[in-house]
Amino acid sequence: MKLPALLRLSPRFAPYALLSPFVALFLLFGVFPLGFSLYLAFQTWEPTGGLRAMEFVGFDNYAFILSDEWFWKSLQNTLWLALVSGVPQHLIAIPLAYFIHSSFKRMRNAVVGAYFMPYITSTVAIAILFSSLFSTDYGLINAGLRTLSQLPIVGGLFSGNSVDWLNDPARIKPAISMLVFWRYVGFNVVLYLAALQTIPKDIYEAATMDGAGRLQQFWFITLPSLRPMIFFGVTLSVIGGLQLFEEPFILTDGRGGTDQAGMTTAIYLYRMAFDFNDFGAASAMSWLLFILVALMTWLTNRAFRSPEARSR
Amino acid sequence: MPSQAPSGYWIRTVRWCLTVAGIGLTLLSAQAQTVLTVAAYPAVDEIVRAAIPFWKKAHPGVDIKVVSRQLNDHHIAMTTALSTASYLPDVMALEVGYVGRFAQGGGLEDLSLSPYSIRQLQGRYVQYAFQQANSRKGAVVAAPTDIGPGTLLYRADILSRAGVSEAAMTRSWDSFVDVGAQIKARTGAYLIAHARDLKDILIRTGIQPGEGLYFDDQSRVLVRSPRFVRAFALARQLRLQKLDAKVIAWSSEWSEGFKRGTIATQLSGAWLAGHLHNWLAPNTEGLWRAAQLPEGAYASYGGTFFAIPRGTAAANKQLAWEFIQFMTLNRDMQLSAFKTQDAFPALVETHDDPFFDQEIAFLGGQKARILWREAARRATALAVHKQDAFAEEVINTELDKVLEGGKDIFIALGDAERLLTQRAKR
Repeated sequence: MKLPALLRLSPRFAPYALLSPFVALFLLFGVFPLGFSLYLAFQTWEPTGGLRAMEFVGFDNYAFILSDEWFWKSLQNTLWLALVSGVPQHLIAIPLAYFIHSSFKRMRNAVVGAYFMPYITSTVAIAILFSSLFSTDYGLINAGLRTLSQLPIVGGLFSGNSVDWLNDPARIKPAISMLVFWRYVGFNVVLYLAALQTIPKDIYEAATMDGAGRLQQFWFITLPSLRPMIFFGVTLSVIGGLQLFEEPFILTDGRGGTDQAGMTTAIYLYRMAFDFNDFGAASAMSWLLFILVALMTWLTNRAFRSPEARSR
Repeated sequence: MPSQAPSGYWIRTVRWCLTVAGIGLTLLSAQAQTVLTVAAYPAVDEIVRAAIPFWKKAHPGVDIKVVSRQLNDHHIAMTTALSTASYLPDVMALEVGYVGRFAQGGGLEDLSLSPYSIRQLQGRYVQYAFQQANSRKGAVVAAPTDIGPGTLLYRADILSRAGVSEAAMTRSWDSFVDVGAQIKARTGAYLIAHARDLKDILIRTGIQPGEGLYFDDQSRVLVRSPRFVRAFALARQLRLQKLDAKVIAWSSEWSEGFKRGTIATQLSGAWLAGHLHNWLAPNTEGLWRAAQLPEGAYASYGGTFFAIPRGTAAANKQLAWEFIQFMTLNRDMQLSAFKTQDAFPALVETHDDPFFDQEIAFLGGQKARILWREAARRATALAVHKQDAFAEEVINTELDKVLEGGKDIFIALGDAERLLTQRAKR
């Protein structure tokens, strides 16, 4: 049955009409906030005064942020957390993916699913659960440590005391790193598993016939073939690590922790806007963070450049 | 034909429905009254809702719609509404912590100008509450509706077991700490919940006129003044003697501390007595007493204000002002809010009501409202500075370093001063 003439979509306009929902949402929620934030980074603004209250201040916000002690402190925190949570993710995900790839046949999807589950779990659920896991007196993690300290041989490595994970400035960073690692290691396993499945089996067979052991095969065949995927995974980890917000926000109740030990740059710029009422400086900080992320991504790109491209 | 008759039928049905709906809407709008939107948070929303029937008697053509959100969400929503001047309520309730910031912003109607002329009514309000709503340029942006006079709530039974008197405890802050040591030694109970509470009240004593809490009116940083040094020193002494329970207010350990009697005193607003009675520690009925803060200190903890946004429709502003006067200057409304929601009235003429002379059962029959009335009269308003929230965070961080890490007090305050000077003029 044909639709009435008014409702029919002509082929000339069909692509634009079908794309328009996405484009409209992207312009509204993607491009406009970006542009407004760039504009705001050069203004000083008290929002309760209305839009008219904006005053142009040039690069003042940027100068202020670059001379702010807490900004550099937050950058240190961010780099520490990005490294300590990011490097183990890849160091463990690669051998783990190799192990799953070579050992599991029927159970493979179930195992991978189990590792991937933390990535898709709701942040609120994680917040509630990990806050109680890390609890000083009643948390399971401290209970586990206490049990470990009572074991015969390795017990000496662990003191029996309860660790104040969430309030001690020296302990909140490892706690956050543990949470981030737990959350993203599965995601990286999936990436590497997908890449492993593209390596042809006959290379391994040829290597076995030439007398290479499993370790040598892993080092000389698997790793170089994984290089593009490692580059992709590391880039994602770099970007995600520098923008770390959710996990420290959850564990420190939105404040960044005692002595701002868990305050990443993303949390600081959020607090700058909503707790300390300085929207101009917060916008300037977000653009400085963008410049940093772009720089680190470019450096990662250079580090992973394939040998042919390098020799050019 | 089967394929055509149904469409004709449906078109006629749709047309009929639209006509009826249109007539109905017209009839409804003909009877529509003016609607005043009031944005509030618990328990102010309950107070407003309870006042609506009395308001309707005086203003039959005006309906009140209450938009209620949780405390933080409400203030974020008000900030957003003010920033774009859209979806503004006609009257907004503001908590004291936010009034200063909203006052500096300029988005609220100046009630000192005509036709409001609130300065003519200034004497009817508790003075410090009225001052809190003044902006630096002299505009009055809100009218106070309830206040939180500061008080010292303490467990009389723990004090008597330790053999100390209230007078000894409140004579001076040093004697307060000494009494705490005796309480700890003889009963094992902590004096206060957290050393930070002591620091908070001590930095509010001895403020010179023209000074705010952390900055003065020229945006000079004040954190190395004697009141900060004394606050840090006493807090450290308290911590060294293990007299505080190290629990944060409103946490589950804090309420457990009250239930089990491991926390002997709490410095807070008078409204805490109501909370203790209702849900914090109802099992301790009759064991608490109220006293004035030690060493003649008077402070305020909390308070609510009503304001009119500048961007509201002009037609509604006069009605909004009448509503605010109804809520804040009507004796019956203020007293009923006090009796039902424990909202201490900001209207001075209610303070001679016999309700103040009643015994409070939870406090063992003490007539504590007389004490609180006196505290309300003596408290002073603090000037607000844009960087106060950041300053509070910095000072708390430095205090943690002094208490936990043994940092030297003068170095800590010096570091704080350096951080704050950098952004004092923003």
